[in-house]
Amino acid sequence: MPDTYLIAAIAVAALVTAATRFLPFLIFGNGKKTPDIIVYLGKVLPYAIMGMLVVYCLKNVSFISAPFALPELISCAVVAILHIWKRNTLLSIAAGTVGYMLLIQFVF
Amino acid sequence: MKKTAFTTALRDTIPVLTGYLFLGAGFGILMNENGFGIGWSVAMALFILAGSGQYLAVGLLAARAGLVNIAVATLLVNARHLFYGISLVDTYKNTGLKKYYMIFGLTDETYSLVTQAKTDPRIDHGTYCFFVTALNHCYWICGCALGSILGATLPISFEGVDFVLTALFVTMFIEQWLSSTNHLPALIGLGSTALCLLIFGSDYFLIPSMILIAALLILARAKARRMPYA
Repeated sequence: MPDTYLIAAIAVAALVTAATRFLPFLIFGNGKKTPDIIVYLGKVLPYAIMGMLVVYCLKNVSFISAPFALPELISCAVVAILHIWKRNTLLSIAAGTVGYMLLIQFVF
Repeated sequence: MKKTAFTTALRDTIPVLTGYLFLGAGFGILMNENGFGIGWSVAMALFILAGSGQYLAVGLLAARAGLVNIAVATLLVNARHLFYGISLVDTYKNTGLKKYYMIFGLTDETYSLVTQAKTDPRIDHGTYCFFVTALNHCYWICGCALGSILGATLPISFEGVDFVLTALFVTMFIEQWLSSTNHLPALIGLGSTALCLLIFGSDYFLIPSMILIAALLILARAKARRMPYA
């Protein structure tokens, strides 16, 4: 017999997740003219959210105990510098990730 | 190879492929350890499609947490999605039925690719966004299934490979930084989130960060309007 609790629980998680994605479209996507303030936020939010996501990815990194977030900071710096220099997304990401794996597995 | 919306999406999503395969596999392994088989992992990848949300759900499912509990916890980790649609209302407007699928599949990684600064004018952006969404969804399902099949039997250590998604966001951040002369929104995003992380801790900082970001962005606009030549 299928586990009805699991089905219900997964359905709830799926519905709540979908709701967080659909809500802005339901409110602002109804064909009427989008309010100025929302048009403005829509334009500037991607810049702010990339900053937010970078911090979000590093949320469990400790700056006060060894290795003091050094692997993460070094690798992020490698990605940033390489990207400013070469502007090649795949190269920046690959070098940063391989560098990070080497750092945490062999150095720190 | 001829440059089409599909091939461009395929190239752009390679970092996501790497990240999702490993993060998805981690999820599948975690599900296995809690006694949930491949069917449940794939169902969650198919219908929820949210990395941190799914990781969080495993513990709750194993503990047989109440449904209200699950709803609140999911809302807390996924509230950041509320911001994503705001940037995409116009982009997704005339994409027909594809729109509903694209909204359903709007993950952090998909958002960072569909709002990226560099777009190729020769390909249809709506179609490109659709392929990015669908490919990322496939990668995630494959990753979750793979983890369930392999279990914890991988011979070499892939520890740290999840950094690929951090690196993706860093490159998107730099790309947007270089493409704009106004760096205030980027700094507001970085600063507000770091500040809220310090104040509220890693479990509760996302919603305060979002409120602070929205408030500061609106304030910055009001200020810029008062001093149009500044």
